[in-house]
Amino acid sequence: MDVLTVVIFLPLVAAGLLALPRIGDRGAVAVWIAAAAVDLLLTVVMWHGYRGGIGYETRARWIPALGAGYHVGVDGLSLPLVAMTALLFLACALYSARRTTRARPYAALFLGLQTVCTGLFAALDLLLFFVFFDLSIAGMYFVIAGWGHGDRYRSALRFFLYTFLGSLALLLGFIGLYLGGGGRTFDMVDLTREPPFAEASGTAGLVLLAVGIGLAIKTPTVPFHTWLPPAHTDAPAAGSAILAGVMLKMGVYGLARIAMPMLPGAWQRGAWVFVLVGVVGVLYGALVALAQENVKRLVAYTSVNHMGYVVLALGAAGLVAGDTHARQLAVSGAVVQMVSHGLVTGALFLLTGVLWDRAHDYDLGRFGGIAGVAPVLTGLTAVAAFASLGLPGLSGFIAEFQIFAGVVGTGVPGAAVAGAVSVLGILVTAALMLRMLHRAFLGAPGELTPLVSDVRPRELVAVAPLLVLSAVIGVAPHWLLAFVEPAAAALVSLVSR
Amino acid sequence: MRDDPLDLLPELFVLFGAVLGLLALTVSPKGGARWVAWLCALGLTGCLVTAVVAAFSPGGTVFGSYVLDPLTNVVRGVAALATLPCLVLARGVLARGGGLRPEAHVLMSLAALGTVTLAGAGDLLVLVAAYLLASVPGYALAGLSGDAPGTEAALKYYLVGAFLGVLTLTGVTLLYGLAGTSAYPGLGGALRAVPQAAVVCALVALFAGVMFKAGGVPGHFWVPDVTEGAPAAVAAFVTTVPKLGAFAALLRMAEEFLTSSAADWRLLLALVSVATMTLGNLAAFRQTNVRRLLAYSTISQAGYLLLPVVAVPAPLARPALLFYLGAYAVTNLGAFAVVVATGRDTLDGYPGLSGRSPALACALAVCLLGFAGTPPTAVFLGKVMAFTAVWQGGYAWLAVVAALNTVASLFYYLRWIVPVFRPAPSPGGDVPVRSAALTAYAAATASLVLGVAGGVVLPP
Repeated sequence: MDVLTVVIFLPLVAAGLLALPRIGDRGAVAVWIAAAAVDLLLTVVMWHGYRGGIGYETRARWIPALGAGYHVGVDGLSLPLVAMTALLFLACALYSARRTTRARPYAALFLGLQTVCTGLFAALDLLLFFVFFDLSIAGMYFVIAGWGHGDRYRSALRFFLYTFLGSLALLLGFIGLYLGGGGRTFDMVDLTREPPFAEASGTAGLVLLAVGIGLAIKTPTVPFHTWLPPAHTDAPAAGSAILAGVMLKMGVYGLARIAMPMLPGAWQRGAWVFVLVGVVGVLYGALVALAQENVKRLVAYTSVNHMGYVVLALGAAGLVAGDTHARQLAVSGAVVQMVSHGLVTGALFLLTGVLWDRAHDYDLGRFGGIAGVAPVLTGLTAVAAFASLGLPGLSGFIAEFQIFAGVVGTGVPGAAVAGAVSVLGILVTAALMLRMLHRAFLGAPGELTPLVSDVRPRELVAVAPLLVLSAVIGVAPHWLLAFVEPAAAALVSLVSR
Repeated sequence: MRDDPLDLLPELFVLFGAVLGLLALTVSPKGGARWVAWLCALGLTGCLVTAVVAAFSPGGTVFGSYVLDPLTNVVRGVAALATLPCLVLARGVLARGGGLRPEAHVLMSLAALGTVTLAGAGDLLVLVAAYLLASVPGYALAGLSGDAPGTEAALKYYLVGAFLGVLTLTGVTLLYGLAGTSAYPGLGGALRAVPQAAVVCALVALFAGVMFKAGGVPGHFWVPDVTEGAPAAVAAFVTTVPKLGAFAALLRMAEEFLTSSAADWRLLLALVSVATMTLGNLAAFRQTNVRRLLAYSTISQAGYLLLPVVAVPAPLARPALLFYLGAYAVTNLGAFAVVVATGRDTLDGYPGLSGRSPALACALAVCLLGFAGTPPTAVFLGKVMAFTAVWQGGYAWLAVVAALNTVASLFYYLRWIVPVFRPAPSPGGDVPVRSAALTAYAAATASLVLGVAGGVVLPP
């Protein structure tokens, strides 16, 4: 058994341990933290042992009748996401270490979700990918409905129904890919080697539409994003962090892993659609976030904005008329953005969770001057906000700079316009982040400010590593780019076929 | 021609089990009641074992009208496996004093025998006989409790069944008149030269009875009433086991003679499928009685089960249908077992179940999410294969309609799951019936195992 399989299923085994009758709530949390820590450790070991190509590959028969196998492996596209997943889940485990009601099922759900998320990024078989994709939805539904607040049942139901619709569109798309490839295999590597629908371009377009809608709902891109704000607002902090930090990546990762290399022709024809959807997401997400009074909704809408950059970059990668090197740069930026957004938005959601924990409110207008009572919390939030708006020296800058340079650098006039318009998104993001800091953390104390106490050690231990890593990526990104750039180059050559 | 009665050993086991049970009840009504379930279970186990043995021996047609092939053998095995938990549930209902009589075991065995015969029928006349054998014990089962809802359910069941049975008989007569034979292989050749309109008329009539057994439109009217009015164990049985035979019979007809007829039977069944799944789902939305909810859910599932039949002769049609049937049986029995175990028939009875009995709540969640097609459950795999098969068969639009229906169905399954995990308004409640709870755990586990390791039972 390969180490990757252990990394995927170790949390699930730990979740199984929690079913033992003797373990109380404290024991459950201990198991949770231990499993997440071991998983992160193994991921670091994997990172050091990775030698290019598809690493840690396991390929076993699963459902021969359908040509589906248990095929997992990591490359420069997925390994950073696997590592980010492990880190974020450990952060959530530390963050939730106390003050969680019914900790045992909560820990079991998160451990299960960790298996599902890691498995999705490692999956190299469409059916396996889909199993993890769908399970992530069901697991998060129970997290929101069971431990959320506000109108949680309604939000959870809307989240489940909406993303389930997306997952079935995705399933139809996968069946289309399977039949388009001759009905022999669901294997991603095989389907990438010989892309389905070499002749039937009309069908390929429809299949890309199905896959695209399925992944766009999950990402989410405008106009499929309406499930996101209520789900985020009513989820517990750790749930929001996982939902935004890890699960939103499943959509864009799917585009890069499945749609682009398997339907290169259709992607090239539809590239402008993705560019347009990306630009609209960037601007719409930023502008709507600017108008929010609820700090958690604000962070949720910045996710729509950030995922817009990724979709824009992936769309630009399909503009075969453009410069190859620039397109590689755009894809590389997209991958870094996925990692960066996971770290930064995960941290932001955990920090808003601190506010809710103290004051049970998210209303910007009722806070103010938090800097006076909680300097560390303010400092952390400021760093996260600056990382989110793309300040140089933090990871968001590396990602967004590459994306803009790549999109504009393609030399295609339309892409240059799209890139220029998207830069406006950064301006708006900067404005809204500064507005949030200004209203909630600076100025005169608000009515809820006395309730806010500074971060507790466990909260600091959970959030600080995420921001430190963001800063490390921002200052010295070469160790990450060394993984991402070869994968980006490979993806661009695949989509240019 | 092969005329060896030993080839029918699985069927004979079920028959002898039922007859011996009936004799025991006649000889000594008090003492027999204790033995009848065991005798029937023994017969069904014998059927299961001999079916496994038969699966490894050469197939063929016996008595010129009964086909021994993987289809028959799978239905033999699955029907026996699905009826056994129904016997357990019946004991659970008896333990609650829920107005069931020991004869239920015998009737279930006989109806299971009818189902197996439906699957094996290779001649329209055998099909009619099997239809009656599968139906008549069902009518009696529905009314066995003797109370008002049960009587009404039985009457409705009987009237719909009798009416649609007559239609089927008309269809059989027409086909015989058109083709000059009632055996499937002969029909295949003869229907080629027959006017299409006449064949369509005959097929519409023929499908009526099959849809009654399958619980699909237009033969679905009895399902909600019987499921609500009859004892829960009977409801579990009549919504699970007869479906096996009906769909197997439909698949056999499709493979053997429908494909070579000029009539557009695929479009006909595709429309029936759309009507069935949509109607089942829409009607399930507003139900507050969990049994009626499950009833409409079984109707919508019948719609999905038609997908592989429409896909014939796609290579995946047969494995898809058989796997989906097994998956459906496991999931449906699991859900009904929870109803028997809790003894609660309305959604109001379920808040706080996760606190009282976490395992039962998880089993229910697995079964209901399984119905919605969430991986890694058995129905998920069945759905993937059914969608793939029907796309392969040239009906991609039907897969799209089925996918949309699946999303819609999630809504009412969640209406049941959500209260289960909510805190109870008032603590306390009945202790679950142990045998039924164990059945539910077993079904949920089987659903997960089939979903994860389904590749083992599927032909490569």
